[in-house]
Amino acid sequence: MKDSTKKKLKLKVSAIKDGTVIDHIPAQNLFNVITILGLNKIDNQITFGTNLESDKLGSKAIIKVSDKFFADDEINKIALIAPHAKLNIIRDYMVTEKRVVEVPDNVTGIVKCFNPKCITNNEVIVTRFRVISKEPLALKCCYCEKITDEAHLKVI
Amino acid sequence: MYMKKRDLISITDYSREEYLRIMELAAEFEKNPNQDLLKGKVVASLFFEPSTRTRLSFETAISRLGGRIIGIADPGSSSVTKGETLHDTIKMVTNYADLIVMRHPLEGAARYAAEVATVPVINAGDGANQHPTQTLLDMYSILKTQGRLDNLNIFMVGDLKYGRTVHSLLMAMSEFENQIFNFIAPEELLMPEEYKIHLRERGIRYFEHLEFTDIISAADIIYMTRVQKERFSDPIEYEKVKNVYILREKMLRNTKSNVRVLHPLPRVNEIHTDVDSSEKAYYFEQALNGVFTREAIIAHILGLK
Ligand SMILES: [Zn+2]
Repeated sequence: MKDSTKKKLKLKVSAIKDGTVIDHIPAQNLFNVITILGLNKIDNQITFGTNLESDKLGSKAIIKVSDKFFADDEINKIALIAPHAKLNIIRDYMVTEKRVVEVPDNVTGIVKCFNPKCITNNEVIVTRFRVISKEPLALKCCYCEKITDEAHLKVI
Repeated sequence: MYMKKRDLISITDYSREEYLRIMELAAEFEKNPNQDLLKGKVVASLFFEPSTRTRLSFETAISRLGGRIIGIADPGSSSVTKGETLHDTIKMVTNYADLIVMRHPLEGAARYAAEVATVPVINAGDGANQHPTQTLLDMYSILKTQGRLDNLNIFMVGDLKYGRTVHSLLMAMSEFENQIFNFIAPEELLMPEEYKIHLRERGIRYFEHLEFTDIISAADIIYMTRVQKERFSDPIEYEKVKNVYILREKMLRNTKSNVRVLHPLPRVNEIHTDVDSSEKAYYFEQALNGVFTREAIIAHILGLK
């Protein structure tokens, strides 16, 4: 990436005083990340940029949330759809901490079971999975016991 | 005092000790099947999908225990067709009954019902997923005919891919020492990888064969399965494999004297009728063992013994 591009990229999303910057979100999953974290339901100032250039992801998105600091179990929910996401914790305009996300051991209510004959796809039920493999991702449904893999993963 | 209720949803929910406890109780009920342990109790028998065989076996078990039965036998005539959710049906029934026995065409339905219900739930089959009482009656049949549950050479034949009975039996029997498994199935219906991984992780030996030949001479148990048409998305695939593995009486001539042929029933043509008169045929007795085993499961779950 050229220096001029880097500068431009920084300009696209303004700096925040206190809060969290979530970087390296796959662009196509930006809105899923917003939904999973409930960012569409809070009053904090939020800025996001999408379809930004990324060497790793091709096209990435970034979210900056003012005055919001996530707990581990809260932020790890996005690991299923943004496994390479990086968090910068900002205090007084300075990055005070960097964190990565980790796929949790159990997943509740985020993902759809791929099995059409599963009860969760036929009644209003919050899905539950046990993560039996993190890389590659494999989720075992607590109801039908079938395994949903990365290729079949759909966010509710 | 609040005690956590015990359900039976998947065979792997139970420990080896619980399997043995149920076997012990089943033997007691076989000696003395009529015991008024369910006197004054109501059992809901909810068959959201018809299965006369399993329903009659359960209802016989409940009757022999002196319990009363309410329920759905024909889903076509019940509130199910009026669009009531499973959630609402279970919420209602849990107030009426002391125990729920249920069969449902959707996978995971029993687990969900157990979460909604405040009384214990026994899964009598949820789609292609689990049918744990079948597995326990299979185990009881093995114990009765072999005198043990360990050190066995178990042959599984036919549809090992979609056959839930063989999967559950494999999981349960792998809790006991020194087993050998032999899988005989066509290319299209091989034992799924996850079960082979399970055996490898426990250091249990298994062998796979495409041909149904005299290798069965080493068997203690031959577990035959039906190739079910409804499990195939492509009818041509079904036609190709439906007549591949048929057990005939002459194939049993060089087998061990203790070998027994099991089958979850109903059979189609995978066991030739000339096997029926062999002393090695055990599938009809196996079905009768289902009543004693189900009495044992109910007694165990409700803590009646
Ligand atoms: Zn499922």
